[in-house]
Amino acid sequence: MSATKFDVRYVAELARIKLEPAEIATFESQLGHVLEHVEKLNQLDVSQVEPTAHSFPIYNIFREDETRPSLDREVVLANAPRHAQGLFIVTKVVE
Amino acid sequence: MALSSLTVHEAQDLLRRKEISPKDLVEDLVRRIEQVDGAVHGYLSFDAERALKDADQADVSLPLGGIPISIKDVVSVQGHPCGCASKILQGYVAPFDATVIKKLRAAGAIPFGRTNMDEFAMGSSTENSAFGPSCNPWDPDRTPGGSSGGSSAVVAADEALAALGSDTGGSIRQPAALCGCVGIKPTYGRVSRYGLVAFASSLDQIGPLTKDVRDAAMIMNVISGVDPCDSTTLDEAVPDYTADLDKGVKKLTLGLPKEYFIEGLDPQVEEAVRAAVARYEKLGAKIVDISLPHTEHALSTYYIIAPAEASANLARFDGVRYGFRADGITGLLDHYGKTREEGFGQEVKRRIILGTYALSSGYYDAYYLRAQKVRTLIRRDFDDAFGKVDAILCPTSPTPAFKLGERTEDPLQMYLADVFTLAANMAGICGISIPCGFAEVEGKKLPIGLQILGKALNEATILQVANTYEQSTDWHRAKPPLA
Repeated sequence: MSATKFDVRYVAELARIKLEPAEIATFESQLGHVLEHVEKLNQLDVSQVEPTAHSFPIYNIFREDETRPSLDREVVLANAPRHAQGLFIVTKVVE
Repeated sequence: MALSSLTVHEAQDLLRRKEISPKDLVEDLVRRIEQVDGAVHGYLSFDAERALKDADQADVSLPLGGIPISIKDVVSVQGHPCGCASKILQGYVAPFDATVIKKLRAAGAIPFGRTNMDEFAMGSSTENSAFGPSCNPWDPDRTPGGSSGGSSAVVAADEALAALGSDTGGSIRQPAALCGCVGIKPTYGRVSRYGLVAFASSLDQIGPLTKDVRDAAMIMNVISGVDPCDSTTLDEAVPDYTADLDKGVKKLTLGLPKEYFIEGLDPQVEEAVRAAVARYEKLGAKIVDISLPHTEHALSTYYIIAPAEASANLARFDGVRYGFRADGITGLLDHYGKTREEGFGQEVKRRIILGTYALSSGYYDAYYLRAQKVRTLIRRDFDDAFGKVDAILCPTSPTPAFKLGERTEDPLQMYLADVFTLAANMAGICGISIPCGFAEVEGKKLPIGLQILGKALNEATILQVANTYEQSTDWHRAKPPLA
């Protein structure tokens, strides 16, 4: 966990966000500072500590597997950037 | 007196005595907005016509009958825009009501207007809004706080009777403190998150921003409770939060955590908070010193966990099903990359990248898992403390409102604005901020907030503690020097 300077370009690719070269440089320096601060967590011995994902123990909540009303297709498609014939138009996925 | 300056319970009294109508309230709010929102910029939009129509049908005998409540732009109200102050949700209109909105409507309230915020609730100043910052009614050169800064600003400026906000690391309490209102972050699971656009799902809660404690209790009565649409809501009875408001603090023990009175705490804030503590002692509370030893690690822990969860939650904004899609796309990766580059603002990108990094292969254990373990330590601190005290008193924010532009270049400085609030989200407990005085800065009076933290599901206690102080002071009645 010594990598306070991380490869912003690569991580941005993982996150599917394009960045300008200037932005990459800015983020590298700003997030480097943040990570330096975070390094302080290394001072703590957490080897015997269970992680907390949620504040309270939550168990699976089930409901009956019954069909229920949902939003109308037109209502959903009204928010789509592009749609036709009751479907979303997406960018080509397969070659 | 202008109707817009009323509290919710004052307005309710007048409505039930038929001295005013819900329509009068809406009309007066619109007048007030037209008068001052040019300077405050607390609203992104509002639909007066629809609100007037709702007002016509309002049943004032209901718990919030005829009361307009302003809504942060992150909570879905059917037929209203819900843009999270982001370009990527431009044009998006919510097709359904969030559970809190359903509950408000069932209680007779009128959802009114969309309040400004930091984009996707990421920020402490509203400066990350894609539509420009809101201004603090006490000094327009300063931030109203954030991310629910639009909500706190419109409540403080009497452009709303009350508002809803959301709090992931302090986003209700910090702006409430900076604008001189009351803001409560409920226990995690007390209020349904269904219809709240997710930021960090293990931390987010919706809560009210109001002009006094009684109003906060009245709104909590309506919005709390288990919801089949949010499996993290707690199946616990909702008490009447107004019932214990006047019971005083004579039988209560209040803790002062030494870790919250540290270097970096503004002297005027410290003075006001210590004066409030002295007042509590006079009111009969027993004050004891306590320690929350892992406080200094809360910020680091938060800035791993919240961005990690955000990076996963914000993956849904891909320009396919709703919102903005970039032009001139050459392929699928280009579609995602460009849409997200052009649609998201700087801070949102910064946090997605930080979160993606913390979750990425080879770093997960070192960052995310470690942070979750430290989160356990922070939670235990509070468990231990609440074994000794009924509630904890501390400052809400280390400083009064800072100047717009002052911290935008330095994310870490901005993150420090939440240093006293985010531990409560990590522990899942409840907290409230109430006005406890003013700082004099450059000739301006700036509100100071007192934070009261309570055990999980002990909202009634912190409301009781808050109300006892409030009723012995006049801070909450002070009005900003707006035209």
